[in-house]
Amino acid sequence: MNIVVCVKFVPDAQSERGFEPGDHTTDRFGVPGRLSELDEYAVEAALTLATAGADAPTGEPAGRVTVMTVGPPAAAEAIKKALQMGADAGVHVTDEAIAGSDAAATSLVLAAAIRRIGEAAPVDLVLTGMASTDAVMSVVPAMLAERLDLPQLTLASQLSIEGGTASIRRDGDLASQTVTAALPALVSVTDQINEPRYPSFKGIMGAKKKPVQTWGIADLGLRADQVGLAASATVVESITPRPPRQAGQVVKDDGDGGRQLADFLRSRKFV
Amino acid sequence: MSEVLVLVDHVDGAVRKATTELLTIAARVGEPSAVYIGTGFQDAAATLARFGAVKAYRIESPDLTAHLVAPSAEALAQLVERTQPAAVLLASTADGKEIAARLALKIDSGLITDAVDVDADLVTTQSVFAGAYSVRARVSRGTPIITVKANSVTAQERPGECVDEQFTAVISPGAMSARITGTRPRQKSGRPDLSEAAIVVAGGRGTNGDFGPVEAFADTLGAAVGASRAAVDAGWYPHANQVGQTGKSVSPQLYVAVGISGAIQHRAGMQTSKTIVAVNKDADAPIFELADFGVVGDLFTVLPQATTLIEQARG
Ligand SMILES: Cc1cc2nc3c(=O)[nH]c(=O)nc-3n(C[C@H](O)[C@H](O)[C@H](O)COP(=O)(O)OP(=O)(O)OC[C@H]3O[C@@H](n4cnc5c(N)ncnc54)[C@H](O)[C@@H]3O)c2cc1C
Repeated sequence: MNIVVCVKFVPDAQSERGFEPGDHTTDRFGVPGRLSELDEYAVEAALTLATAGADAPTGEPAGRVTVMTVGPPAAAEAIKKALQMGADAGVHVTDEAIAGSDAAATSLVLAAAIRRIGEAAPVDLVLTGMASTDAVMSVVPAMLAERLDLPQLTLASQLSIEGGTASIRRDGDLASQTVTAALPALVSVTDQINEPRYPSFKGIMGAKKKPVQTWGIADLGLRADQVGLAASATVVESITPRPPRQAGQVVKDDGDGGRQLADFLRSRKFV
Repeated sequence: MSEVLVLVDHVDGAVRKATTELLTIAARVGEPSAVYIGTGFQDAAATLARFGAVKAYRIESPDLTAHLVAPSAEALAQLVERTQPAAVLLASTADGKEIAARLALKIDSGLITDAVDVDADLVTTQSVFAGAYSVRARVSRGTPIITVKANSVTAQERPGECVDEQFTAVISPGAMSARITGTRPRQKSGRPDLSEAAIVVAGGRGTNGDFGPVEAFADTLGAAVGASRAAVDAGWYPHANQVGQTGKSVSPQLYVAVGISGAIQHRAGMQTSKTIVAVNKDADAPIFELADFGVVGDLFTVLPQATTLIEQARG
């Protein structure tokens, strides 16, 4: 099985995140970044599937996992981490023109890169995380399915593949659904699906020898005006830091904390 | 006046509150037209009319409801083509956002997700980076497609006549490739729905597995119950009730965080709440930075006392 996992390099959630002063794009340079934690679940799902069908005598994995990212040069870190976890190869699409791309443009680049990967060997499964930890839109997976005309199996909290059919559990707002499709398919996974592994020492050493290809958008047959801020179909009019919430009243419970709580709720007409 | 399409979010004809809020926003912009996918329209019709829908397009084909997302996007694209609306509004649910995403590509239009407000001229407000920034944006190409978070505006009744008509969408085989083969409705808790509730009381690791005081307090307030990921991961409360980056994003009138420290991923799901109250025994817990009112104390004494007093006051 040929699996492509799309991952994103994101600013570390623990650090202060901000915007580029000039162009309203997320500041990906001033803050430390990492492989999005939510994409680690997708990498883990891919590795589990790739080794599940391993042919016992030879130990040869039954699947090949290519991890792909679209992002600035520093995004190579995200690929490296996934290779250390066990992915077989990396593809890094990087191009100055891509900076500031919205979800639609990002999905365009991802789709083109997946098609290109598919030229070498057909892709059976495209895996992604449920959302990025920075701009939490959760729409890129659906857009990718639309562009690649693949069955969309998104927000999977469980995934099984048997006889060329993928089946997921999707825990929606009001119900839990089982959704099924024939491969090739696109699957996005939630943080409920597994426990991502930590890279082993062997994994860390081995990652250095794994192939990583770097492509620009011209390699994918795309033009600069199809991506980046120029292609965006939305404009940001203003960005204002939220004034820090007015420090509220904090009382210490000396036996009547519950009463003070009830009084507060009553004064605000919640009771 | 232009039509504004509102995709109705419903459960077998029971219209969800977020849809009535979308109709209220649609009326600011133009004439609200409801798009109703599935069966049970007759149960929804009165609600849609009461909240200002002037028209309703019924799409009843099981092709749409038996498959995930893609056919709904296709049907909406065909309806946009026919009605040339001023905008398309959807609820910021998983389905709503994914339908919006595919629709945006199909009709080459701009998409804005998770808006917390939309002006008459379709400028949206979003709250990003766990509420640290407020972003105003608008769609600059095509038909604006906007998903709006529940509880962003107060739904207003605008009773009138709603004319409904059947719309037949042509669904391609490709859009029917992901088949819904099973549906298990969530267990009913008897409490309000978390994403729509006006009041949410959420418990965290501090409950130490005992959600009793949290639930009792929630019930005196008529509130939904939420949980932090730590509480969910420990198996104390269902994942469906998780609030935060990888759970639900809520903006109720009142959010009470109990035994929750206030990690950034938790804040991402509740920071837009109008009033925030925290109960935590650690005076340095970051949740107090957000709180309009906080009690530093043990939840197992503070909550029962408050619950009893509120019940007594009610008589
Ligand atoms: C990718 C990713 C996604 C995540 N998504 C989410 C998410 O969606 N939602 C989420 O909530 N978290 C999420 N997290 C986890 C988040 O980082 C925190 O670990 C989590 O929110 C902590 O939950 P907590 O506040 O209940 O527990 P803790 O941080 O352990 O806090 C417990 C609090 O309870 C207080 N306490 C203890 N006993 C009592 C008592 N008797 N009375 C009163 N107070 C008491 C303590 O003082 C403490 O402040 C995510 C993390 C990652 C990495």
